[in-house]
Amino acid sequence: MINTSEILQTIQMIDQQHLDIRTITMGISLLDCASVDAKIACNNIYDKICRKAERLVAVGQEIEREFGIPIVNKRVSVTPISLVAAASDTNDYVPFAESMDRAAKACGINFIGGFSALVQKGFTESDRKLIRSIPQALATTDFVCSSVNIGSTKAGINMDAVAEMGRVIKETSLLTADRAGFGCAKLVVFCNAVEDNPFMAGAFHGVGEGDCVINVGISGPGVVYHALQEVKGQPFDLVAETIKKTAFRITRMGQLVAREASARLGVPFGIVDLSLAPTPAVGDSVARILEEMGLEVCGTHGTTAALALLNDAVKKGGVMASSHVGGLSGAFIPVSEDEGMIAAASSGALTLDKLEAMTCVCSVGLDMIAVPGDTTAETISAVIADEAAIGMVNFKTTAVRIIPAPGKVVGDLVEFGGLLGSAPVIPVHPFSSADFIHRGGRIPAPMQSLKN
Amino acid sequence: MRAIVTVIGEDHVGIIASVCSALSQQEVNVLDITQTVLGNYFTMIMLVDTEACKLPFSDLASLLENFGKERALSIHMQREDIFQAMHRI
Repeated sequence: MINTSEILQTIQMIDQQHLDIRTITMGISLLDCASVDAKIACNNIYDKICRKAERLVAVGQEIEREFGIPIVNKRVSVTPISLVAAASDTNDYVPFAESMDRAAKACGINFIGGFSALVQKGFTESDRKLIRSIPQALATTDFVCSSVNIGSTKAGINMDAVAEMGRVIKETSLLTADRAGFGCAKLVVFCNAVEDNPFMAGAFHGVGEGDCVINVGISGPGVVYHALQEVKGQPFDLVAETIKKTAFRITRMGQLVAREASARLGVPFGIVDLSLAPTPAVGDSVARILEEMGLEVCGTHGTTAALALLNDAVKKGGVMASSHVGGLSGAFIPVSEDEGMIAAASSGALTLDKLEAMTCVCSVGLDMIAVPGDTTAETISAVIADEAAIGMVNFKTTAVRIIPAPGKVVGDLVEFGGLLGSAPVIPVHPFSSADFIHRGGRIPAPMQSLKN
Repeated sequence: MRAIVTVIGEDHVGIIASVCSALSQQEVNVLDITQTVLGNYFTMIMLVDTEACKLPFSDLASLLENFGKERALSIHMQREDIFQAMHRI
């Protein structure tokens, strides 16, 4: 039998240290839903999502009860809609988003991702239509998430798409101005997007995936933070070891839940995403882990090194615990969703420039950052270009989820509520990047040798 | 199905007896028990078999949880697999 202290340790992790499964995400291919008639395509989409995900929430709840582990989100990701809708004779893709939203509500899930386009090298006509529909789609639906991949290490960066996404983000924020630009919280711009990411808002079901698959995203910043409190003042070797062991345990649990969900739903298991995903709850923060390593405030000198160690140790610990690791895997640094990051940004210690540096070594990118409402589309595009360049050169996924909060200025707090939390509005550089963005074209793919 | 029942709370007379009788009423077989009192805190961990129990697992878990609340005890019942996964390779 497992010994007492092990059992109590697990219970403590769940009860007091916010250990949970962050999401069970069902990936569904919609490629077989295409039709020349957009109405038929939309009905096909609704029917297929409802058919496949009908039992997702119920099965998630069963597993929660039996294992005593909370599963916070049950979600669905679908094939990028720009591919599915390409066959349809229509210019307006908003009805596709509405079908996704209706299906999400019918299944009882809380987000559906995949109102997406992959334009790292160029646009198809369908990609253009989808991107034009994003602001309206995000304003009129509740649960639909959108993402656009504008660059990759192999293709370079599509600067026309970068310029377009700056405008789309601005428009999305204005259309949801009554909710502080909430639409932008559901929109991610990627470089090197992954096809099996279970986390929103950037989840979509890649074309290399099977018809239907279960991906699981784990979490547990609170558990890592707690474990590090036991090694105060010790060298980094021990810090890394402690994080690895903790990540291993958390991931084993994720693997168990993933297998169980896959068996009960009769859907193949895809991957476990080993991510430390914070929440606004006290004790569930990635920033506080970095501070526990010895930084006075997250964002001060040393933060990037601390995050690099954390990100790497999480992967090393988790990778042996699961048969298939994928998705984004690493430490997330969404400002509004992390109690410690909110505090650090409010105090001025955590700036946009420091966050950008941190994204060189963390799992994704600039995430859930509120900037002043009068930030220009070109400045937002330039932020996206910088972030995409980091991803492109370093062969990693980077992303931008930025909210130019209408009517807000530096120092205001923007409330999104729930897991999305609240974000202090932080400054952007006042100097123009407009001429840079207006050039358009493509930034060529980088060298893969002579790495310095 | 094998499950772990943990009972934590302030020590008082009859905890083991009441929990065991609640389990036996649902035809849950107790396979192993360890129990300690740390300070004034009572901690009991039981390995049980729910094979003969007619209630679905989640109903049984809720029943025990409520049973605990009435007696100022925190009672969890979880499938054994989660502990095995986390602590054994």
